[in-house]
Amino acid sequence: MVKFLIASLVALATAAGLSAPALAAGSGTVKLQSGDWSFAGPFGYFDKGAMQRGFQVYREVCAGCHGMEYIAFRNLADLGYNEAEIKAIAAEYEVMDGPDDEGEMFMRPARPADLMPSPYRNDNEARANNNGALPPDLSLIAKARANGANYLYSLLLGYEEAPADVEVPEGMYYNSAYSGHLIAMPQPLYGDDVEYADGSPTTAEGIASDLTHFLMWAAEPKMEIRKRIGVAAVFFLSIFLVMSYLAKRRVWADLH
Amino acid sequence: MSAEKFSNPVVRWIDHRLPVFSMLDHEKYDYPVPKNLNYFWNFGVLAGLALVIMIVTGIVLAMNYTAHVDHAFSSVERIMRDVNHGWLIRYIHMNTASFFFIVVYIHIFRGLYYGSYKAPRELLWMLGVVIFLLMMATAFMGYVLPWGQMSFWGATVITNLFSAIPFVGESIVTFLWGGFSVDNPTLNRFFSLHYLMPFVIAGVVVLHIIALHRFGSNNPIGIDAKGPQDTISFHPYYTIKDMVGVAMFLLLLAVAVFFFPNAMGHPDNYIPANPMQTPAHIVPEWYFLPFYAILRAVPDKLGGVLLMFAAIFVLFVLPWLDRSPVRSARFRPMFRIFFWLLFIDCIALGYLGGKPAEGVYVLLSRIATAWYFLHFLVILPMLSIFETTRPLPKSISEPVLATAKGAA
Repeated sequence: MVKFLIASLVALATAAGLSAPALAAGSGTVKLQSGDWSFAGPFGYFDKGAMQRGFQVYREVCAGCHGMEYIAFRNLADLGYNEAEIKAIAAEYEVMDGPDDEGEMFMRPARPADLMPSPYRNDNEARANNNGALPPDLSLIAKARANGANYLYSLLLGYEEAPADVEVPEGMYYNSAYSGHLIAMPQPLYGDDVEYADGSPTTAEGIASDLTHFLMWAAEPKMEIRKRIGVAAVFFLSIFLVMSYLAKRRVWADLH
Repeated sequence: MSAEKFSNPVVRWIDHRLPVFSMLDHEKYDYPVPKNLNYFWNFGVLAGLALVIMIVTGIVLAMNYTAHVDHAFSSVERIMRDVNHGWLIRYIHMNTASFFFIVVYIHIFRGLYYGSYKAPRELLWMLGVVIFLLMMATAFMGYVLPWGQMSFWGATVITNLFSAIPFVGESIVTFLWGGFSVDNPTLNRFFSLHYLMPFVIAGVVVLHIIALHRFGSNNPIGIDAKGPQDTISFHPYYTIKDMVGVAMFLLLLAVAVFFFPNAMGHPDNYIPANPMQTPAHIVPEWYFLPFYAILRAVPDKLGGVLLMFAAIFVLFVLPWLDRSPVRSARFRPMFRIFFWLLFIDCIALGYLGGKPAEGVYVLLSRIATAWYFLHFLVILPMLSIFETTRPLPKSISEPVLATAKGAA
């Protein structure tokens, strides 16, 4: 509905000041916290430190259950790692390759060109290991949920004691940000879940913020260049608009 | 048209054998256009521009897209991540689709307000409705191609509508799908048709323009040009005025593409299609929402489908429903009120189409649907009989001169 409103706003050509893509339908009781994101707004950028820390959180906390099938190790250059560092990170993973000359598949250390391996061979194995629930792939999660960044941040911090009138079944958890409030993912962050090399705070909020930053980058890796071109394009087109209007006035002046 | 008017000898040589330059020259300078067109007359050109942008970006996307259920989603992600500026091409394609509909909706409402559908422009109007129908089919099939959740379930819901047709419905749906569910053959034929349809649209656009140039543009006053004092040449006056519209269009499009590229899409379409899991709310793209609301307003499936198609069909016969000889709403005080009520009604239908079909929304959808048909089938014919219209000016120049004197 909000997107429709936005559309009709554009339709009426009232303003260029569109509101941000916002909340989706669903239970109205879901409350989202909003983080202070460096990537928000027309001049938004990704904070490399936050992304590196978020990647560390992903590796140490999330990657046991969640894959990122569209992210290759080479993409980590966006996070500020150099070629040698990326090679070293990739080499910590094993991927299947082959067939070799004997027709056998074999495992080898990953290279920068490889996609990050998934924790499970297939969805069935993933479900079998998670009480029947399928942990979603995280490469696009920040775009696949309405108000993605704030939603993820709120979800990571949304684990609460269930209200007295809500019965939480075995294997489910209460989360105030999740639609319907009952989620199969156990609470992933408690604070101090990781140790940061750069000494950044490891409160639950800090970790959730870093992870959200990393996931936003993963979903929209071209955002920085997009906004940079956008500022130039809007600047150019605004001048083009003013010039066209003045030219029009001048051409039409001889009619009246 | 004599070729002597061109100074360039190469142009003259070609034009003598293939008179394309004479033709362009004729359209540019000799085609008389009413001098009083306002900025709402920009939207035809803007729609043409949107079509060109869609075709150009679409051809580039097709070079990198894989029409297969196992690869479609990841090929789109590859475009977004690895193809040079692929993200830009795709976001332009996505957002221009929405802008195309915004522009065409304004174009249609402009026609409704100023009575552009009336004699002798009935066929021009009907060809426009044909273009609108083709656009809807093209946009629907295009939305299926990324093979996300909304792609898949949207395709399932919409194709299933045809099963409501008595006796042959099920067979038609099987024929559309190329199988017994929305699957790889469906995706392949949608891709093929999505590539074909824009060129069909371009063909009908040519007919639309031929029909337009037969009697020329309508104008805000809605009376015919009486002579050269009422008209000006298309170039430079309307080329430059269209450029202002083009600049505005591109500016707003750039804001959407670069800063809100996914605002008019649905987040669920970034989840790969999963036939085993239905999204909580299946909603079509925003530009279909008014028709979706009409579809769901009827408790009977066949009835809903018929009414939805009737909502468009009624536009075909509009020139014969509104028999008032006065074109422009400026001189039709009652019509003008009902025009704005219809406009609000369509916005309301769009809003309701995006809401779940439950509770008060169902009732409101029914009222809004009823009003839509009431407007075209009852109010317009009645107005043609009972409305007292205001006196028309004698010519296009007259009111222009009058205001000029008044201002002086």
